[in-house]
Amino acid sequence: MIHSLFLVNASGDIFLEKHWKSVVSRSVCDYFFEAVERATEPENVPPVIPTPHHCLINVLRQRVYFVAVIQSEVPPLFVIEFLHRVVDTFQDYFGVCTEAAVKDNVVVVYELLEEMLDNGFPLATESNILKELIKPPTILRTVVNTITGSTNVGEQLPTGQLSVVPWRRTGVKYTNNEAYFDVVEEIDAIIDKSGSTITAEIQGVIDACVKLTGMPDLTLSFMNPRLLDDVSFHPCVRFKRWEAERILSFVPPDGNFRLLSYHVSSQNLVAIPVYVKHNISFREGSSQGRFELTLGPKQTMGKAVESVLVSSQLPRGVLNANLSPSQGTYTFDPVTKLLSWDVGKINPQKLPSLKGSMSLQTGASKPDENPTINLQFKIQQLAVSGLKVNRLDMYGEKYKPFKGIKYMTKAGKFQVRT
Amino acid sequence: MLNHCFLCRNEDLKEMLESNKESLKLEAMKRIVGLIAKGKNASELFPAVVKNVASKNIELKKLVYVYLVRYAEEQQDLALLSISTFQRALKDPNQLIRASALRVLSSIRVPIIVPIMMLAIKEAATDLSPYVRKTAAHAIQKLYSLDPDQKEHLIEVIEKLLKDKSTLVAGSVVMAFEEVCPDRIDLIHKNYRKLCNLLVDVEEWGQVVIIHMLTRYARTQFVSPWREDAVFDENSEKTFYDSEEERRVDQSKPYIMDPDHRLLLRNTKPLLQSRNTAVVMAVSQLYWHLSPKHELSVITKSLVRLLRSHREVQYIVLQNIATMSIQRKGMFEPFMKSFYVRSTDATHIKTLKLEILTNLANEANISTILRELQTYVKSQDKAFVAATIQAIGRCATNISEVTDTCLNGLVLLLSNRDETVVAESVVVIKKLLQTQPSQHSDIIKHMAKLFDNITVPMARASILWLMGEYCEHVPKIAPDVLRKMAKTFTSEEDIVKLQTVNLAAKLYLSNSKQTKLLTQYILNLGKYDQNYDIRDRTRFIRQLIVPNEKSGALSRYARRILMAPKPAPVLQSAFKDRDRFQLGTLSHTLNSQSNGYLELSDWPAVAPDQSVRIVEVVEPVKEAGAPLLGKSKPGKSAEKFYSDSEEEEEGSSSEDSSSSSSEESESESESEENSDDSNKSSSSESDSEKKKKTLKNKKLQQQKPDSKDRYWSHSVQSHLFFLNKFLVVFKFNLRCIALLLIIITKLFSIHIVLSFSNQFVASCRCSLLRLCVFLACQFDAVSWHVRVSLQASFPVFVPETSHELLHRMTGKGLSAQYRFTRQPCIYGNSMVSLQLTLSNSSDQALENIHISEKSSTGQNIHHFNAIGELHTWTCGSVLFSFSTKEDEFSVSIQPAVGELLVPITMTEADFTKEQGLSVWLTNDRLGTGNRFKNSHLLKYLKRLICHAFLLCYWSMPFLSENF
Repeated sequence: MIHSLFLVNASGDIFLEKHWKSVVSRSVCDYFFEAVERATEPENVPPVIPTPHHCLINVLRQRVYFVAVIQSEVPPLFVIEFLHRVVDTFQDYFGVCTEAAVKDNVVVVYELLEEMLDNGFPLATESNILKELIKPPTILRTVVNTITGSTNVGEQLPTGQLSVVPWRRTGVKYTNNEAYFDVVEEIDAIIDKSGSTITAEIQGVIDACVKLTGMPDLTLSFMNPRLLDDVSFHPCVRFKRWEAERILSFVPPDGNFRLLSYHVSSQNLVAIPVYVKHNISFREGSSQGRFELTLGPKQTMGKAVESVLVSSQLPRGVLNANLSPSQGTYTFDPVTKLLSWDVGKINPQKLPSLKGSMSLQTGASKPDENPTINLQFKIQQLAVSGLKVNRLDMYGEKYKPFKGIKYMTKAGKFQVRT
Repeated sequence: MLNHCFLCRNEDLKEMLESNKESLKLEAMKRIVGLIAKGKNASELFPAVVKNVASKNIELKKLVYVYLVRYAEEQQDLALLSISTFQRALKDPNQLIRASALRVLSSIRVPIIVPIMMLAIKEAATDLSPYVRKTAAHAIQKLYSLDPDQKEHLIEVIEKLLKDKSTLVAGSVVMAFEEVCPDRIDLIHKNYRKLCNLLVDVEEWGQVVIIHMLTRYARTQFVSPWREDAVFDENSEKTFYDSEEERRVDQSKPYIMDPDHRLLLRNTKPLLQSRNTAVVMAVSQLYWHLSPKHELSVITKSLVRLLRSHREVQYIVLQNIATMSIQRKGMFEPFMKSFYVRSTDATHIKTLKLEILTNLANEANISTILRELQTYVKSQDKAFVAATIQAIGRCATNISEVTDTCLNGLVLLLSNRDETVVAESVVVIKKLLQTQPSQHSDIIKHMAKLFDNITVPMARASILWLMGEYCEHVPKIAPDVLRKMAKTFTSEEDIVKLQTVNLAAKLYLSNSKQTKLLTQYILNLGKYDQNYDIRDRTRFIRQLIVPNEKSGALSRYARRILMAPKPAPVLQSAFKDRDRFQLGTLSHTLNSQSNGYLELSDWPAVAPDQSVRIVEVVEPVKEAGAPLLGKSKPGKSAEKFYSDSEEEEEGSSSEDSSSSSSEESESESESEENSDDSNKSSSSESDSEKKKKTLKNKKLQQQKPDSKDRYWSHSVQSHLFFLNKFLVVFKFNLRCIALLLIIITKLFSIHIVLSFSNQFVASCRCSLLRLCVFLACQFDAVSWHVRVSLQASFPVFVPETSHELLHRMTGKGLSAQYRFTRQPCIYGNSMVSLQLTLSNSSDQALENIHISEKSSTGQNIHHFNAIGELHTWTCGSVLFSFSTKEDEFSVSIQPAVGELLVPITMTEADFTKEQGLSVWLTNDRLGTGNRFKNSHLLKYLKRLICHAFLLCYWSMPFLSENF
């Protein structure tokens, strides 16, 4: 399975290596560097790179490449999924998974990697189990440890390893018992030149933060479960119950976790909450181009559209842009030709706009492609699909927990073609 | 200097390690691990580090382990110093310490310790803790890669671990199996159903491995569900087994899926909802390779869902979809829009999406796709634009309706400012024109005009080839192009030169007046070219087209050779040949066979014996029963009923495991009560042990010698075999006992089948007051276990006791009692003899008493296997003057456990062997990790087995009317 792991930063240095079988020389990464060089952008590096004796499978997260060395047949998704799980674990432990964070916590990272894989096969990837084996570093604990000489490493086999509910540790205690659920929906859409929707779909997740004492058994029911077309669950959710009654019944893991991700059936028309009016044109022979962009709310159910961010990759021929926004700030990077406009909140009375001119290379002919506009926004208190949680019940424990639910709609991959 | 500094630092670390303070040591180890992580060499600290291997501080110890595993290979002699510490740790009461000791011991790649490792693995494989057993499974692979000669021993351990019931172990041991002995498919048979049933509860990584293995397994064991005339209604499940024998006779019989095949498909389906993309992909490929075509659609949604995941996941999933979409367009067509390209996608994602869109194109959706492709052509990513043009070309060739539209669109692109776009268009147009050249001479002319501005060699070469090929259509332009080429010939790329030579040759043949001199000039230039390919070609062409005395008959055919009509190139997907690899594998992604790839075999023409997967049945019994049955009634084979019931059970057991906890606890308490019962009975049994022994011995002598030979006088191994099998069965059934018990207390019915032959019924006139009937009955294995817990308090060895079957009040005058005769049954060893005593206490004669055959019709099988069979008596309506309807009495027989066992004799040695096994039985490997309290039951069982010298033997359930 996974032979070795190399962590490579953006400038092409290997800053960590770990081997689970015999040592593989780091020169194997030369093939990877070649591929990086060939790729125009970091994202374009192919995830699977064959070399004469090994195969390199890499994952790019936060400008760090995780390069796994494979020697024999293994499902590539297995490795990719595992690498992402490693990154998630690091994020869980250190808050971020950057080069600096890994370098600062190299011992914990090594201990984690040691526990997560045995002989290249995943051993413990559940964060609850890992946290019992290796306690996450906190400032307080570091201080205590240096004084008392105690360690970060657990001495007992985590209870989760053997239990029927491996995701939950036993003996959890809280003074405030609370369970929060965030329903977050993302709209993926492609809008064409004329403003009509080419494709739009809603993907949603329910992220939970559960801090409950003991072994609570929760059920969550929806007002309109039919909306959920395709779902994937955290292993804690009882699938049979969902199949039969459309109720989520589960013993939750302790802390933050993703309970469910879903896809809203494509039969439902997706309400597009924002419209974009644009006029981006280049005239033949002139070295100027016109740029006009206006945003407006549409089908927002009375909720405000916030944190709007517009970005667009302008054609290579554009030298500079001279624009004036009616609100917010914009930046244009003349090297990458990336225009981004931080709009903020959309006021329906006074629509935000960005107008001005672009200067082109003199003598060059007009670019024959038009840029696409990528949009990001957030709408609080709204699940755009109309999904509503009906109720949340707890069984198995006596206390009354505090329950909370929050809805939010975000733009996923929201593109407007011009 | 630098080196020196490094050494100094190492000295420093050495001192810290040798100090007395734990904290200093720990600090030193942390720094050393930092060095290892950076890839620096810290091997010279080995002696200092290895001393700390027995440290009390667990973090320090772990870091030392990390170091040891990294450098032991280089410092083998010193590494041996640490071995004794691990051997001690292997006996530690803390399972985490045992496990990590085994992990490190097996990770030290020092060949000398192979025997120690082997011993440790064998020991750990029988450890009480499933976590340690899991570690043992991992260690198997490590040892195998260190010393492949251990294979045989390791296979034994794998075989043992495969029987493990813990979900923790399952994934790891299957991984070991795949690595060490993937060809020993026979090891899987007995565990197949267990693996299928455990699958949902196995940790996600294990699931992936198991699913891949089961895919391979299923391909060797089941027949193909992809038959043209296959019948696919769910009802067909009921009649599964009918086919087994008949299929061999009559191939045109509709396909009916093996229940085990169905089991696999059914149990993997929920995993499509997994959050782990690798699991979803694994299930998808399983469905792709194993399911009937019409069931394939369930995977589509899940695969499309994965496209929302990380970039790398998208890449792999899209590759697999690309392969699938070639064979089955319909699957992904409704999701076409999910494959629309976004400008933010990475280039390799874009090209894959394009590939899929092209594969999905058909007459109905082509206009939508072409419109989408048109927008892509304007993209900023030129490599992607080139791919789009290729895709348009493919659409144009595949769908003849749009060929002209595409061609016109491509011609428009010829005036694009970007050279790569133009070049790609030219190449694609060339391919398109080849399919229908005559109508398109204006396009060729247009391209000739563009020729001066195009510099991309491939495009220039394409235009030249077009000119030459269709010089008849453009008689005026072609010589002019040749003239231009003659001027620039020396500065062209090789590929262009070759095409120039070709053009010259073709023009020479068709229009020699105008081009003779030009051709000769070009041929002369080519003759002295630096590239030998071109010199070669020139020489060949000259001989071919210019007639001279040396050239033979060939030049006469020059025209036919050069101007032969050429078949148009077929534009096809780059994923066309990828389906030779199993989907989801590395080999598929790379499109080349990678190391250790296990080929998916073709479906067997005839399914191998499916009974190998049946765990409950002692095999020889079945062999005995089958031929007898086969003769009399081929339609209903023993397996049919049997597996059907099994299926049902599995369904119920899985339901059970997922049912709410309250229900579970209820049933648990119930089973506990019952096992208390059984405890009592077992004690009473041991009292009467002596008596029983003699009895059993006598019985044995009465048995037919041949059957004795066949079944009971085998070697010890066969006993072991039986017993093992029995245990496996029993474990399995415990899973569903909780559910079954509830039912039985409510309905109080039983799963047995009583059968009479028709002749017998006729002779059974009940004018007598009492009648004794000897029955042969068979007890369902399932009900048998239930009986163990319920009826164990019966004094099983007293044959005189008879039990009431039907009371005279309920029987309207007819009463019945039954007794076990303990005689060997003449109808087969799978049956138990039963004496029925019927008495008539009414004043009328009862006639035509028989056992209703209703229970044995196919219709009821499903039903009574679920809740317990209702066996019925019928009193014929003819002589029941007081009743117009027929009376039916349902009765039930509850056999005591001992009645179902067959006595055997054993030597002393055999007995001790058996006793050893029963000790093994008490080992908690049977009971740990599952939710059912069965230890009482097991204890009882153990006593039963070893005290009574019994080898368990019970009948397989089956139905027949032939007795």
